[in-house]
Amino acid sequence: MTPNESESHPPLSPEAKNHSTRRDFLLQIGILINAIAGFMIGIPIIGFIFSSLIKKAPPVWFSLGPTSNFPENGMRRAVFENPHRREEDGQTSRETCWVSRGQGDQFKVFAANCTHLGCPVRWFNESQLFMCPCHGGAFYADGGYAAGPPPRGLYVYEHKVEKGELKVKAGVLPTLANPV
Amino acid sequence: MSEKDKPITSALVNIAMWVERRLHIVKIWKATGGHPIPKSSASWFYVFGSMTLLCFSIQIITGILLSLVYTPSASEAYRSLEFLNYHWTLGWFLRALHYWGSNCMVIVMFLHMTQVFLWGAYKYPRELTWISGVVLLVLTLGIAFTGQVMRFDSDAYWGIGIGAAVMGRVPLVGAQLVNLLLGGPIIGTDTLSRFFALHVFVLPGSILALVSLHLRLVLLKGINEYPKPGIQVNRKTYDQTYEETVHKEGFPFIPNGIDKDIVANGVLLLVMVGLAIFVGPKGPGIPADPAIRISDASPDYPFLWLFAAAALAPHNTEWILFFLLPAIATVLLFGLPFYANQGEKHFSRRPVSILVVLLTYLGLGLLTYAGLTGPWSPHMEAWSGIPTKPEFIKARTPLELQGALLLQNKQCRNCHAIGGTGGHRGPDLSAVGTRMNEPELIRQVIQGGGNMPAYGNNLSQQEVKALVTYLVSLRPANTIPAQIPSMPEKTQAGKAERVSADEPAKQPQTGG
Repeated sequence: MTPNESESHPPLSPEAKNHSTRRDFLLQIGILINAIAGFMIGIPIIGFIFSSLIKKAPPVWFSLGPTSNFPENGMRRAVFENPHRREEDGQTSRETCWVSRGQGDQFKVFAANCTHLGCPVRWFNESQLFMCPCHGGAFYADGGYAAGPPPRGLYVYEHKVEKGELKVKAGVLPTLANPV
Repeated sequence: MSEKDKPITSALVNIAMWVERRLHIVKIWKATGGHPIPKSSASWFYVFGSMTLLCFSIQIITGILLSLVYTPSASEAYRSLEFLNYHWTLGWFLRALHYWGSNCMVIVMFLHMTQVFLWGAYKYPRELTWISGVVLLVLTLGIAFTGQVMRFDSDAYWGIGIGAAVMGRVPLVGAQLVNLLLGGPIIGTDTLSRFFALHVFVLPGSILALVSLHLRLVLLKGINEYPKPGIQVNRKTYDQTYEETVHKEGFPFIPNGIDKDIVANGVLLLVMVGLAIFVGPKGPGIPADPAIRISDASPDYPFLWLFAAAALAPHNTEWILFFLLPAIATVLLFGLPFYANQGEKHFSRRPVSILVVLLTYLGLGLLTYAGLTGPWSPHMEAWSGIPTKPEFIKARTPLELQGALLLQNKQCRNCHAIGGTGGHRGPDLSAVGTRMNEPELIRQVIQGGGNMPAYGNNLSQQEVKALVTYLVSLRPANTIPAQIPSMPEKTQAGKAERVSADEPAKQPQTGG
């Protein structure tokens, strides 16, 4: 015991002092044990919660089928299975994109999600416009913004033509923060 | 009482006393159900709190029962809902009761909040009761939204899509928030699972905890007395006055003060059961298959106003709607009991409170109505599926008829109604000939603008001519065709003058 301690505390019997010190020690040990255990439980819990961010599923290349499926100077809807799908995803992993083909192998692939609030846009060939059923956003055939509340043109997927197949890089829901 | 009964009676009394000595039921009862309330609080206006609690109880019971059959997996959820609807005995009824119970809960909770606001019950000393109520409001809207996702159909799917798109607008961490909301890269089974966990564990648990706090505070601080105009709340004297009122002219909540609550709750139960039986469960609608083309997507009643506001907000102002307004609302709602802590309680002395309520109800009501009718959405099938009334075709020249056909085939009617039928995104064209003349119509069709796409790349010169000729002919009998552009004449003329005046003026400068 230090002189400081005897000054600040009223004098105790040696027995009581011993008792108190042992309790204090046990309390400190107890807090330490629980803190260690807390970390050992807490960190895995945090890791579990953020799993989808830690094991991030990035966009990947996959085929939309032979280029002959898409006529020149036309717009076609392509349905694909999301490359990250699990069996339990059922129909939700069936996704849509719009493939615009110009002359030859000139392609442009648009995500179906409207840039306003993500609803599925639909192509109207006669008026050459994409229209959104939710809030009336409209886009031109090149994906550019035409009218309504969307803040930008349609999201464009990266694409390439390999061995006669049209391949796109997709698999993540496009949003303004992550426009593919 | 006969002699024979006596031993039995005293035995029963003994048992009761034995139990009482161990559980102290009388004491608990006096502090809860039998707590004293001011006589004036036994009012018809004070029934909404217990009604909200009743709705929540119904939701818990029906929710637990539904979870016995429901499968929270993206591939199975829809099928299990159909199984509930068509196969499981009275599954449709439980689903309907859960759905209508949820709508009733939101409505009754709003009424409760309105009453508490107008009757000044949030003032001293019930600040925390109000604040816990505001948190309960947020939690209840949260449980309503996650509940809508449980009905895993296309509305639910695109509803999550909207949620993800809103999250995607958050600066810096938007992409991470979207990922956490969805539990992965896309809307899939992991998304449904986390909404399920929120809907059946996290949110109900939090609501139960907060309802306990809310009720505990009601018991601790007493139910608000029915306010009288002219009586001021004063922090120094309020507690004593309230104590005296309860002591002098109070009675226990049960049995004296609960009659109106019982009647109101009985009526509410009948309404819920009636809606469940006669209107039935909602959906599930179109399956949650993003490859299915949908013509519309809209949320459940409690969120229609928000859906409508998102459509009507001016271009690029969504951040105000999704981030600024909620922030302001949070500050106002949490701050209310602090900046209006004392003073008058009665609404007749607080005209601003009446104005706030009227404007809120008007705003939410009109937006909900707009959400139900959805006039901003293009009518996706109007061009191919809606007939044109004879008066818009009759006695037209071949060129005009060609234009009428173009108007139909180029899907103009998806956004423009003629004779009231068609889309309502753009203006009705029935009398467009009285508003715009030929040059202006040509400009509008080719260049678009004012929220209309440009058709310049899409129509040949002859097609524009035919279309505009038809549009000019669209005016009621005995009306004059538009002579001048409907844009303010001065601005246009002024602009034109400036351009022509500037050009010659600039040329010498650049040249010299």
